[in-house]
Amino acid sequence: MDHQVLTTVLFLSVVALTVAITVRASRSTSGTSDFYAGGRSFTGFQNGLAIGGDYMSAASFLGITGIIALAGYDGFLYSIGFLVAWLVALLLVAEMLRNSGRYTMADQLAFRMKQKPVRMAAATSTVVVSIFYLLAQMVGAGTLVALLLGVDSQTVKNLVILGVGMLMIFYVTVGGMKGTTWVQIVKAVLLMTGSALIVVLVLAKFDFNLSELLGAAASNSGKGEAFLEPGLKYGADLTSKLDFLSLGIALVLGTAGLPHILIRFYTVPTARDARKSVLWAIGIIGTFYLFTLVLGFGAAALLNTGDLDASGNLAAPKLAEEVGGGAGSTGGAILLALIAAVAFATILAVVAGLTLTSSASVAHDVYNNVYRKGEATEQEEIKVTRIAAGVIGLIAILLAIPAQSLNIAFLVALAFAVAASANLPTIVLNMFWRRFNTRGALWSIYGGLISAVGLVFFSPVMSGAETSLITGADFAWFPLSNPGIVSIPLGFLLGIIGSLTTREPAAEDRYTELEVRALTGAGAEQATSH
Amino acid sequence: MSHADHPAQPGGGDAGHQQAARHDPVYDHLHASAEFAELRRRYRAFVLPATVAFLSWYLLYVVMSNWAAGFMSTQVLGNINIALVFGLLQFVTTFLIAYLYSRYSAARLDPLAGELEERFVETGATGSRGGKH
Repeated sequence: MDHQVLTTVLFLSVVALTVAITVRASRSTSGTSDFYAGGRSFTGFQNGLAIGGDYMSAASFLGITGIIALAGYDGFLYSIGFLVAWLVALLLVAEMLRNSGRYTMADQLAFRMKQKPVRMAAATSTVVVSIFYLLAQMVGAGTLVALLLGVDSQTVKNLVILGVGMLMIFYVTVGGMKGTTWVQIVKAVLLMTGSALIVVLVLAKFDFNLSELLGAAASNSGKGEAFLEPGLKYGADLTSKLDFLSLGIALVLGTAGLPHILIRFYTVPTARDARKSVLWAIGIIGTFYLFTLVLGFGAAALLNTGDLDASGNLAAPKLAEEVGGGAGSTGGAILLALIAAVAFATILAVVAGLTLTSSASVAHDVYNNVYRKGEATEQEEIKVTRIAAGVIGLIAILLAIPAQSLNIAFLVALAFAVAASANLPTIVLNMFWRRFNTRGALWSIYGGLISAVGLVFFSPVMSGAETSLITGADFAWFPLSNPGIVSIPLGFLLGIIGSLTTREPAAEDRYTELEVRALTGAGAEQATSH
Repeated sequence: MSHADHPAQPGGGDAGHQQAARHDPVYDHLHASAEFAELRRRYRAFVLPATVAFLSWYLLYVVMSNWAAGFMSTQVLGNINIALVFGLLQFVTTFLIAYLYSRYSAARLDPLAGELEERFVETGATGSRGGKH
C-alpha cells in the first residue's frame, strides 16, 4: 500500500480515538475540581503515564533522535538533562505542591502572599512558557505532516497547524483535565510501544551489540570516532562550551518549573500518590530516553544522514521505514506510517496539556481571583476557561504560522530556560524560606522572565549570525543562545534581594501553615470522585 | 460552597492576603510539636544532601564533557567510551536516588506525616479551603 494513504488513515485514527476519549471523559466532568484536576482521582500509575505523555514531546522524540543522528554524542545531553531534572521534581516540588496548591502554579504562592500581584505574575509566566512550548509543537506538526504526505506546500502546513489548533481547543473545552489525561495516557502507551519496537529492530541489525551499533554510526556518519565523543556540536570554542553548560543547567532546572507538568500533581488523591506518579514517570521517561540513544545512533548508522533535513526531525520516521524493510517495501511503509502517527499523537497530547494549563491559569488566577475577587461560581470559571482555551488556541495558531522558520529545539529550550528562571526559584524559595515574600516573588518571576526572553532577543539566535531569525541586522550583544546560565541565578538572586529589602509579617506568619500543610497534607485538597 | 477561595475573616490579616486570612491556630500547635520538628528534620536530612549530590554529579558530567574531552574519549570496551558510560551512569544514579527516596519516605516520613495529619483531622479543622466540594 502507498505509505501516504496508510499514514493518512493512521493519522485520522489517532484523531478519532482521541476525540472519542475526550467526549467520553466529558460525561463525568462537572465542577472545577473535575475540570482542572480530573477530580484528583487518578492513580499514581495512571498519572505517571500521563506525566510521561505530557512531557515526552515531539522535541524529545523527533528532536533528540535527530540531534544524535546528526551531531552524535552531544545530543545525548538533552536525554540526560531531561531525565535528571525529574529528581528536582521528586525531591523538592511534587508532594509539597500537591499539599499546598489547588489548580494552578500560582496557588502555592497565593497561599501566603498578596494574591492579586503574585497571581498576575504567575499567570503571565505560565502563559508565556506555554505559548513557546505550544509553538514548538505546532510548528513540528506542520513540518511533520507536510513532509510525510510528500507535499511541501505552505498551504498544507498552515492547514495542519489550524487543524492541530482546533483539536487542542476541542480536547480542552470538551474533555477538561479528565479528557486531556486520558489522551496523554494513550499517547504514552503508543509512544513507548512504537519506539520499543523500532529499538528492538535496530538492535537486531547489530546482533544486540551496542558497540557494533556505535561503530557503524561512527563510520557511516563520516566523522569517525569524534561522532561518539563530546564536543562535535558544542566543543569548538569557549562560547559554544559555555552555551552547552548553559543549556545543561536550563534542562535540569526547567522541568520542575513547567506549569503543564506542575498541574499534573494535582490530579491524584494525596501527596503519596503524587510521589508515586513521579516515580513511575521517572521509570517511563528514563526508559524512553535510553531508547532515544539507540534511535539516534541507529539513524546515524543506517540512514544516509546527508539526505535528512537540517534539523534531523525526520530521522525517527525514516529510521522506522529503514528497519521495516526500506523505502518502497510494505514493511517500511507500515512502520513509517505507524511512527509518524505516534509522533502526531505525541504532539496532540502535549498541546492539549499546554492549552489546559494556560487557560486554567487565565480563568482561575486572573479572572476569578484577581478580577472577580474569588467570587465567581465554578460554572462561571469553567466557562471562562473554555473561552480562554479558544483565545489561546487562536493566538497559538496565528503565531505558529509565521513562526515556521524557527527551530523546534530552540523554542523548547527557551521554554525550559524561562521555566527555570521565572518559576522554579519562586517555588523553591516559597517552600523552604520563611522570609520569602510578595516583592521577592514578583522580582523573581518578572526578572527571570524578562531576562531569559530578553537575552535571547539580544543573542545570535535573533540577529548577527548566518543562522539568525532576522538577517541583515545585528543587535546581538549576548553571545550565548541559551540564556539559563545568567537568567536562572538572576531569578534566584532577585527573589532573595527582593525579599530582604522589605518585611511582610503576614507572609512570614503564614509560612507556618504552609510548611505544616506541605509536609503533612493536613488540610490539603481532597479527591472528589473515585 | 461557592468557589470563593478566601473570603477575608475578621482579624485575619490585611486585604492583600485574602487567601491566607483563615490561618487556623491548629497549624501553630502542629508546627510546635516535636513530631513535626522531627518530620521536617528527616525530610531535609534526605532531600538536601541528595539534591546537592545529584546536581554536582550532573554538573561534573557537563563540565567534563566540555573540558575533559580527552579523558571522556577513552575507550572502555569496543566502541563504548567513558563519555557514554558516564552518561549512562547518570541514568543509573537517577533511578537509584528515586528508589532510595521512595524507600526512605515510606519508612521514615509517611508514618509521622500520617500521625500529624490524623491529629489535624481530630481537631475538626478543615484547612483554609475546606474539605470536600
